[in-house]
Order: sequence, then structure tokens, then C-alpha cells
Amino acid sequence: MSVPFINPRDVRFVLHELLGAEELALRPRFAAHDRETFDAAIEVAHDLARDLFLNHNRASDEREPRLVEGRVEIIPEVKAAIDAFSAAGFLAAHMDAEHGGQQMPWLVSVACMAHFQAANVGTIAYPFLTMAAANCLNAFGTPAQKARFMTPMLEGRYYGTMMLTEPQAGSSLSDIATRAELGEDGRYRLTGTKIFISGGDHEMAENIVHLVLARIAGAPAGAKGLSLFAVPRFLVDADGTLGPRNGVVLAGLIHKMGYRGTVSTIIKLGEAAECVGELVGPVHQGLACMFHMMNEARIGVGMGAIMLGYAGYLASLDYARNRSQGRLPQEKDPAKNQTPIIGHADIKRMLLAQKSYVEGAFALGLYCARLVDDKATAPEEQGRREAALLLDILTPIVKAWPSDWCLEANRLAIQIHGGYGYTRDFPVEQHYRDNRLNPIHEGTNGIQALDLLGRKVSMAHGEAFELLLREILVTAMTASLRASLSTLGVALAEAASDLRATTEALHAARDKGEVERFLANAAIYLEMAGHIAIAWMWLKQALLAEEEAADLGLSSSDRAFYAGKLAACRYFFAWELPKTRAQGELLRSLDTSCLLMEDAMF
Amino acid sequence: MKILVPVKRVVDANIKVRVKADGTGVETQNVKMSMNPFCEIAVEEALRLKEAGKATEIIAVSCGPVQCQETIRTALAMGADRGVLVETDVPLEPLAIAKLLKAVAEKEQPGLILLGKQAIDNDCNQTGQMLSALLGWGQATFVSKLAVEADHVEATREVDGGLEVVKARLPAVVTVDLRLNEPRYASLPNIMKAKKKPIEIFKPEALGVDVTPRVIVLKVVEPAKRNAGVKVPDVATLVAKLRTEAKVI
Ligand SMILES: Cc1cc2nc3c(=O)[nH]c(=O)nc-3n(C[C@H](O)[C@H](O)[C@H](O)COP(=O)(O)OP(=O)(O)OC[C@H]3O[C@@H](n4cnc5c(N)ncnc54)[C@H](O)[C@@H]3O)c2cc1C
Repeated sequence: MSVPFINPRDVRFVLHELLGAEELALRPRFAAHDRETFDAAIEVAHDLARDLFLNHNRASDEREPRLVEGRVEIIPEVKAAIDAFSAAGFLAAHMDAEHGGQQMPWLVSVACMAHFQAANVGTIAYPFLTMAAANCLNAFGTPAQKARFMTPMLEGRYYGTMMLTEPQAGSSLSDIATRAELGEDGRYRLTGTKIFISGGDHEMAENIVHLVLARIAGAPAGAKGLSLFAVPRFLVDADGTLGPRNGVVLAGLIHKMGYRGTVSTIIKLGEAAECVGELVGPVHQGLACMFHMMNEARIGVGMGAIMLGYAGYLASLDYARNRSQGRLPQEKDPAKNQTPIIGHADIKRMLLAQKSYVEGAFALGLYCARLVDDKATAPEEQGRREAALLLDILTPIVKAWPSDWCLEANRLAIQIHGGYGYTRDFPVEQHYRDNRLNPIHEGTNGIQALDLLGRKVSMAHGEAFELLLREILVTAMTASLRASLSTLGVALAEAASDLRATTEALHAARDKGEVERFLANAAIYLEMAGHIAIAWMWLKQALLAEEEAADLGLSSSDRAFYAGKLAACRYFFAWELPKTRAQGELLRSLDTSCLLMEDAMF
Repeated sequence: MKILVPVKRVVDANIKVRVKADGTGVETQNVKMSMNPFCEIAVEEALRLKEAGKATEIIAVSCGPVQCQETIRTALAMGADRGVLVETDVPLEPLAIAKLLKAVAEKEQPGLILLGKQAIDNDCNQTGQMLSALLGWGQATFVSKLAVEADHVEATREVDGGLEVVKARLPAVVTVDLRLNEPRYASLPNIMKAKKKPIEIFKPEALGVDVTPRVIVLKVVEPAKRNAGVKVPDVATLVAKLRTEAKVI
């Protein structure tokens, strides 16, 4: 009997009770679906994740990909799992029927993916990258590119990657130096070096299609001169047959702290042999096209962080129920049995903190996934527009907050295990190492903070920000009208107005030309906004849980489930939300402690 | 040839079952329910026979509360063609299920009935045998290898001493064991197709079967906790203990 890695009851709660997945089936795009198909998909995801992904999570970590005679060797369980994932139809689940997809709502697809992320984040990275690349080709590829590259990806035959990072261009994508020269045959020849490329080379797929950012010779400097290219490992003829090996070659592997199941590579383009690429989307629009894929990837990274936090929470909960140690303070008799540690107040503190981070973030992650659906399929134009704006402003939050705070949850999960948590006999140390990547990739959390404060908050004349505050206030007002939750409603409304005042103070500095001061403490701004967003998600859950708990016919386990939701909400409001007051104060003071430090003073 | 595959809804094999506080049974509220693993193997075998051209139609049948439709849908999503639910909230004993299945078999006239050798909830291991007797058909139980010919099956059975090969004339009842095959997972395209496949619903009365339980459950309790073992310093002590304390040698 394995330790649970996801809580199906909570999946059901968030998917159906909180976010009303069934409503989506009323929209023409999803008409073939209903609650039954959603639940059946979740169930298959659960079983596959448990049987074929969780089974080798540790093995992938211990026997990481290695180079054997120039080829990347990966344990066979990885490909077996990906093949089963593909055979079950998950690669194309959300795609149009005409591309062999099931037109599954994004919300349900993300909820399915969550199971695989919780079970084995290293293995699911390959399908994850492949699906993101396929989506990008679907949006910007020519019909011929879709047929030759995207279709085999959706069939699980080709894998995809995203190649942005270079040694001198990590956060600073505008410094990308890989060059593309247009040949007389209308195709481009690429030269350059890419680093940290996940899934960049291996033998698991018939072909790998890299989506590469490069600069066409003569293009302007900076981000506006970048274009996107499809660069296959093996060239692909017009009819889809594989041609010779392309000059995109492995230059080395990177050895990591965690996430070891996903091979990390250094790749040389066009060094020994020519590297042929095809332009995807318009010239010089590469970054915009890539961001199409990055934005959903960022929600995906947030979800990955959440699910690792969630798996750690459940593992430590299981451990706390089964490990006996010590006696409660009031028990003075040493002859009495030791108590399961879940009886200790400090252990409950660490469990409740984890619960509040991971379940709060899980609700936010799926809320954002639902926005992706609403943006495309909400019945009214206004609904689609508002969903797009909310999604834009929430994207840096849903990427960064969980990758900090669900990592914190992993730290607490280790702590609950005591010395055993520090050993490789329990899964929690791996959760921590795996999760430690998430604040770094897909744009570091520092970059997310700049994106939030520097761009998203003021985009569309501040409309996205106002919309977010409006949504938060609607929840706060609803709660404040209910006696039992009114103090929480008032607290959330106050925090939201604090956020507005803080934003105004920061904008005033910006408008005075103090741009450095305006952005200096952006990380704290993101944390403040994140805490408020999570408090909002908790209050939404609490409102619902309270209504549901009024049902007298409830089973004892449902009753405990809803009571747990209310308790976690109260915890978050008592322990976490008040932190935003200090953060707001610090931000409004435009504190320069960090900014004014000079190199020599450290 | 039609194949009838009975499928049972049980607490998922990966769940730690807990006895209800009032001792009337095990907790099934908010517990993941799945198809009995042996039934999955039976469905898989039927699908393989159909894929090999030996069967034309697979009918999944389940007896129990309305939620058993989910179990039937799982079979349909694996590839079965249609479903039959005998709906009742009465707790069903093996004999009642065998009688219901007999009635369904008489309506459907399958050439083969493939069942799991037992269900993991009560581990009775009775339904297939009773069904065979009620129908007057041959039976092969605990089957780990199955060949279906024009008028008979040749089945390899797992028995205590090893493997036994038996032939049974068709129509026959076959109950399957763990090593027969590895069942496939449902796929999203098949889940969508399964939605359009019909499930017929009957009540036991309509089939003329009395399902009233004949066994009264007095109490359900957790198994006694196993005490920790003791370490003995050497073989001689072990032998002495086995002789004097355990009295087994
Ligand atoms: C395991 C792993 C997998 C990856 N997979 C891929 C992949 O598949 N494809 C791909 O293209 N890339 C991938 N990356 C690269 C990843 O996206 C980069 O590592 C990341 O963007 C940061 O770049 P960097 O490592 O060069 O760090 P740097 O950019 O050097 O950053 C160092 C520090 O400086 C801060 N910093 C940088 N610029 C600023 C600024 N303007 N203002 C304030 N602070 C700043 C950063 O926040 C960070 O804390 C992966 C990385 C890892 C570790």
C-alpha cells in the first residue's frame, strides 16, 4: 500500500464544487463531455500516475540519465510511462478533434497532469515540454509544419523542447546570440550554443523537435530581433519521412540537485555539421510566439511546485500518523505508550501550514487553468476579455508563489520526519530537491516579480489589476455578510485595499522618475500579492465548505473534510495574511536598504 | 460468439480499508471505488479474444447499486461493447449474484462467461462456480492461460501442486487468475466512445430473482495487531523455542 500522493477528495472539491467544471460542458467546444468523462479522465490519470510514474520516481533520481558512448541513457521505465501516457490519449487531450484530440477543457487537462506531477515530475517533464511545443506549433506553425512536426508529437512519436537559454543569456533573453542565416533554399542555418535544455537529447523518441530562439542575420539587437525556429534532430521530408541527422548536437550533460529524471543538456547548433531550422511564426516575433508557450508553461511550473508540495504534505501526514514519539505535556507517566507524533501541537502546526500552502495554491492553480478555458470559450466577449486579463496578472503569481511556499511546505515535511526525513529512505528529501528548481526556471522568481510590478500591474491602464481587486473584493464582501466569516471577509478587504495603496505609492515613485526604487523591492510585492491571492482562494473555499457542512446527511469523512477546509482558512488568515501588513508598510516606505548597498560593503 | 463479463465494484486495491466505527462493515464513504482487479483481467481477456477474432461482442454486467454503472463504464472504456446493470441496494451474496447472472446469461446467450476468480472485498471465490452449476455449463477456474477453440476451451489452471490443463465444452464459465494477462488502462478516446455505448438496467424482480440475504453479519472488527517478534541468539534457541513454546516441532 503506497503512501498517497494526491488527495482525490480535494481534486473533486476544487474541480467540481469550487470551479464548477461541469458548467464548461455547456459550451459548444466541450459539448461531448460531462462530469462522467471528466471524472473518468481523472481516474485514468490517477491510476497511470500511481502505477507507471510513481513506481520509478526514486530510481530516476538514483540512476540519473548518463552519457554512454555519446548517447544519453535513460532508465527504461521512463519511456514505458510516457508511452502509456500517450496511448491513454493525454498528449492530445485538450486538442481539437481534427488533430485527434478530445477537446477536453484545459481545467480538466491540468487537473489530470497534476497527478503525474505529484507522482514523478522528472518523467512527466518530457510530455509536458512536448505538449507545450505542440501548442506553440498549433498557434503559429504552417499547415505543413503542423503535419510534419505537431502531429507526430501528439502521437507520442516525436518529443519537443524549448531552447532559449544561452550561457550569456539566461534571464536576459534579449542577449540571445544564436544566429540564423537564410539560405537560398528558403531554409535557415543556425549557429550557437544553448544551455540547460531539458530533454535536449536522448534516444527515447523517433525525433526531437526543438523550438529555438535565434537572431536572423541583420536583425535588430534586443528582444525585438529574435525569431522562433523549429529545429528537428533528424530532418523531416515533406511527406514526413525522416532524413539525415541535423547539426544539433549534444555537447554535454548537466548534473543537478534534483529533477534528475529530466535530462539537462548543453547543445551546439551548426558547429560540426549544418543545422537547418524552419521559421515558425513571423520574423522578429519569436519571443512573443515563445511566450505563448511560456505562459502556459509558467502555470505548469506553478502546478509542478504545488504538486510536489502536496505530495510532501501527504507523505508527512502519513508519517505523523504512524510514528510514535514522546508523550503529550499533560502525560507524566513514562510507562504509558508513546503518542503518534500527530498529537503534538508543533507537528500539527507544521501540517496545517503545509495544508494551507498546498491546498490554497492548488485552488489558485486550477482557477488559472479555468481562466485559460474562459479566455477562449466564455460565452460573452466581456467574459473572455476579463479572463485574459486576470490570467495575465495572475501568471507571475501562480508561477512564483507556489515555487517559494510549496517548497517551504517540503521543508516542513522533512522536519516532521525528523532524522528519517533527511535520509533517502523517505520521499520527502527528493521532493525538496526536485522542487528547488521551480523558483529558478521558466523565469526566476526575481524576474516574475519584475514582470508583475513592472508590467502586469499597469498593463491595459491598470485594468487587470483593478479586475483582480474587484474579484477579491466580491469574495470578501460575501464573507463579511456572513456572521461566521465576517472578520475574515473584512481582513481580506483590508489587505486588498492595502495592496492598492501600496501599488499607488510605488507608481508615484515611478512617475517621479525613481524607477530603480520603484522596482527594487518587487520580490516583496509579489509575495504580498501572492499571499492575498491565496487568502482569497481560502476564503472562497471556506464559504463553500461552510455551506456544504450545513448538510445534515454528510458522512463523517466529508464533515471532517469541510471542517479541515475551514480550519486551514482560519489558519492562513491568522498566521499568514497579517504578514502582508508589514510587507505593505515596507514597500510604501520605498525602503532602500538593499538598493543602496554597494559592492564593497558586503 | 458473445462473451459476458461480470464486473464488480469494490474498494480500490490501493486503499487501506478501515472498519466503520459502529462495526457494521468497512468504510466505503469517500473511498475510491474501482473495478475488482480480477474482473479487469477478465475484461482484458475478453478484449483480446475479440481482437483475435474469436468473439464478436463483449457485454459487461454488474449487480449492485446505481454507482456500479461507473464500473461498467470503465469496462466500456477499456473496450467492451455494451453494459447490463442489475440494480439493487440490497447487499448481494455470491448465490444471489450467480442467480442474477444466470438470468442475464439466459437472455444474452453468450458462448463464454469470463469472471474474476474472486473479488477482493469479500474474497468469497464462489460466484463463478455457483453460476456454472446453476447453468449446467462446464467450468474452468483459476485460469492463467486460455485457448478458445470452435466448440471448447482449453484452460490452464493454477492449482496447489502446479498447473493443470482442462478442456471444457462451450458454452462455459471461466474464472481468471492473476497471471492470465495484464489489463490495459482506459484511454480518453475510449472514454468518449464509452459514453455512447448503451447500458441496460434491470431490477432483480424483473429477472425473477430473490436476492434477500441469507447471512447476517454480526460484527466486523479490525484484525488483531500482530505483536513484534523476538530475536533469538542462535539456532539452538530457536529449535528449543519451537519445541517447547510454540510446540510445532
Ligand atoms: C533544471 C533546469 C532546466 C531548465 N530547462 C530549460 C529549458 O528547457 N530551456 C531553456 O531555454 N532554459 C532552461 N533552463 C534555464 C532557465 O530558464 C534559466 O536558468 C533561468 O532563466 C535563469 O537564467 P540563468 O541561470 O542564466 O541565471 P541568471 O539570469 O544569471 O540569474 C542569476 C540571478 O540573477 C537574477 N537576475 C538576473 N537578471 C536580473 C534582473 N534584470 N533583475 C533582477 N535580478 C536579476 C536572477 O533572478 C537570479 O537570481 C533550465 C534551467 C534549469 C536549472
